[in-house]
Amino acid sequence: MSVAGKPVSERVLRTAFYSRTSEANLLNKWHSWRGYTTADAYYDASIEYFACRNATGVFDLCPMTKYRITGPDALAYLDRLVTRDMTRIKPGRVAYAVWCNDAGKVIDDGTIFHLSQGEYRLCAYGRHLAWLLAATLGFDVSVEEETDEIAALAVQGPTSCAILKDMGLDGIENLKPFGLTHFDHGQLMVSRTGFTGDLGYELWVERRFAENLWDRLFEAGRLRGIRAMGGDALDMARIEAGFLQAEVDFLPADQVVRPGRARSPYELGLGWLVDLEKANFNGRRALAREKAEGSSVWQMVKLVIEGNKPADASYIYAGTRKQVGFVTSAMWSPVAKQNIALATVKAPYGNNESNLHAEIYYQRELHWSRVMARCEVVDKPFWDPPRRRATPPADY
Amino acid sequence: MQARRIIVIGAGHNGLTCAAYLARGGYDVVVVEASDHVGGAADTREFADGFRVSGCAHYVYQLNQQVVQELGLQQHGLEYSARDLSTIALSPGEQRVTIGPGGLSGPVTERDRSGHQEFTRLTERFAGLLSRYLNQAPPRLANGTRKDRLTLARLGWDIRRLGRDDMRELLRVGAINIYDVLNEFFDSDLVKGAISLDAVLGTHMGPRSPNSVLTYLYRLAGNGVPRPGALALPRGGMGGIAAALERAARAAGVEIRSGTAVGRITVSHDRVSGVELTDGERLEAGLVVSSADPRTTVLSLLGARHCETGFVRRIHNLRCRGNAAKLHLALDGPPDFPGVGAPDLRHRLIFAPDMDYAERAFNPAKYGEYSTEPVMEIALPSMSDPSLAPEGKHVLSAIVQYAPYQLKAGWDDGQKQAFLDVALATLATVAPGIRDQIVAGELLTPADIEARYRISGGHWHHGELSLDQFMFVRPVPGATQYALPVDGLFLCGAGAHPGGGITGTPGRIAAQVIVEGGAA
Repeated sequence: MSVAGKPVSERVLRTAFYSRTSEANLLNKWHSWRGYTTADAYYDASIEYFACRNATGVFDLCPMTKYRITGPDALAYLDRLVTRDMTRIKPGRVAYAVWCNDAGKVIDDGTIFHLSQGEYRLCAYGRHLAWLLAATLGFDVSVEEETDEIAALAVQGPTSCAILKDMGLDGIENLKPFGLTHFDHGQLMVSRTGFTGDLGYELWVERRFAENLWDRLFEAGRLRGIRAMGGDALDMARIEAGFLQAEVDFLPADQVVRPGRARSPYELGLGWLVDLEKANFNGRRALAREKAEGSSVWQMVKLVIEGNKPADASYIYAGTRKQVGFVTSAMWSPVAKQNIALATVKAPYGNNESNLHAEIYYQRELHWSRVMARCEVVDKPFWDPPRRRATPPADY
Repeated sequence: MQARRIIVIGAGHNGLTCAAYLARGGYDVVVVEASDHVGGAADTREFADGFRVSGCAHYVYQLNQQVVQELGLQQHGLEYSARDLSTIALSPGEQRVTIGPGGLSGPVTERDRSGHQEFTRLTERFAGLLSRYLNQAPPRLANGTRKDRLTLARLGWDIRRLGRDDMRELLRVGAINIYDVLNEFFDSDLVKGAISLDAVLGTHMGPRSPNSVLTYLYRLAGNGVPRPGALALPRGGMGGIAAALERAARAAGVEIRSGTAVGRITVSHDRVSGVELTDGERLEAGLVVSSADPRTTVLSLLGARHCETGFVRRIHNLRCRGNAAKLHLALDGPPDFPGVGAPDLRHRLIFAPDMDYAERAFNPAKYGEYSTEPVMEIALPSMSDPSLAPEGKHVLSAIVQYAPYQLKAGWDDGQKQAFLDVALATLATVAPGIRDQIVAGELLTPADIEARYRISGGHWHHGELSLDQFMFVRPVPGATQYALPVDGLFLCGAGAHPGGGITGTPGRIAAQVIVEGGAA
């Protein structure tokens, strides 16, 4: 029987928290994230965003694709798969990583959790089982998708640590950024990770414990401003943090059709994730060549743009005439009080000597206007509070 | 340190050829061979007391004459016991058709005779064009140099120069099947059956499989003497060619270490550093050249870790499952094939009475089963070379198809015996008395060939010869000019361009590429 012939309840994937998220979603605004019903916003995207910056926002992370990687060669396998040195990632640590195809173009980015000796979880926005299985050839390793079995919540914001402490997670304040630890006899895993560039944690449980986790969390956070947060608010937070979103800021190399549309880590500003000195990994030869020849074609830049009109989908010019790139993510940042954007420009224009301008079109009561706005290239994330790294974090 | 030293893995005929050229190019060459004798699949084996046969291929029809001349193989003892043999197509009855140097003889029509002339003219013309490009490094399609682009342009120009009619015909038949093409030229089922077998011998194809014209042209594109595809038997069996190559290689200064198996290729800082033998000894070298098949070389000896996922996947997915079994029989006297006169037993005998029979023989192979009515290429080498059997006795060597490598039931003793019975029963339809003459025999399935000759999948050509694994893309994109992704590591066997068969060509071109590249 075709999938289309099935009743909605069987056809549509629902996250382990659906009973709670559907209750909370007053706007009934949803989108499909790899088939899972996911909230855009629950009551107001701005309020949810401010919850995550000033209190705590909770994002349903279940649709994040999760793979369990185990076996004697798990480490060698991952070290060959991704561009960074995985031998340095000890048990109890998490690594942000990118993985490339043979030509050194990025397939996706994600986080790799070293759960225990030789046991890993890889999380990514997209689905990559075909590639991950192909990469097992010649390695004694098993790769299993566990997206549906593992439920996860991102708990992000200044009061997140205090809430988790109130929930009974003793010692959580000692967890360092990119560390992970277990509670409740191993049933709950907590990692100090997130997509907001702020103090925050991610909570991981088996699906059957999901609703209970949600209830405990919201009960504990009642007096500390906890709120469910949808995809719109998360997107604002991640742009401020300068994090790239696959399929928005770059296209996975296995999805591009036209030549030259895939990006290397260097072209995405992720050169710091590439370790050319470690043992061979996918794309190493191409990346070594790119680095030696300086043949990167593109640069990913963070821009602060004059004015207050978001530069969505703007062309970027060197000076005001020569078109050199385009904006992939843009917003007015409430915390930074800046008009910010992530943009792709041709190398070597990604610097302030290029006198970059964004061509911004905006609408006022149906009438379109255009402005050429001066852009400043910045190195640091737009939002990077000290509490993001403080261990233990202050008790908000 | 050992920069000018090259280790060649495998003393098969391509490994020896490559080693000899490299030594003549000024390198210090060591050939490491796992077996206790040289030759690889080009060997002569004594399978019963005093009875010797070629272990795999038994006819020579593609041997690169530049290799013969440049390495002086005749001075090094290469001799033939028979040359320019005819092909006799057998039917289950006593009907026989001979396809010989002078054309067809036997019960054929006028259309057969004229068709044979035109078919021969056309296929030899196409094969002649092809042979130019099979005897040099294949041009790369992407990331090519100026030389690659010139070669491609010349290939296009050469095709155009065939003239309008022949060019159209080449483009029409290039990728289609031999079944349709033979029907356009011939009436005789026996002739069509026999020629179609040449197109599918050693492949996973039946006469109606696409691409089976290409395999036929490939057969003609080697240097048959005196004409394309002409059949010869080396004196002493295929081991005679290996022995001549061994002498030529040693004369050029090559050191050959047989009985020495390579455990792995060692890599340091993304460059090969040599090999580690199975006994743990390490041999250092600036370059390593492997005549093992690409899968064995990359997956078993090098290790996936040293290559990229996409490349490893392509190597892993190479189509290289053999379908040809080899039957060796020791006979207590000359066999009787009714309808074939005793002097004619030195010629090649084909049992593929018609193309539908051959296609039906192939059908079970698609589903992991062996043919219950197989096709056969039969040689009686002792008819021309009495040294292969005790006086008055004879050996029979036959390629029996189809016996798929991945037999669903698995190649256990029972399955092997059952297929042997099938082969003998088939043989008895053309030589009824032969069972009583057998004093000893053996059957090698592709699984046996894999184990004995260390060829992944037991595929003689180290990879199916088809358009997706041919020329610019043989064995896989990213390794088409012999160099593998790890610096200093090369292929030189049948898995590399141009492909399988007793040619010496991959070994010769690989050596040229290495010497010209000035590697190490």
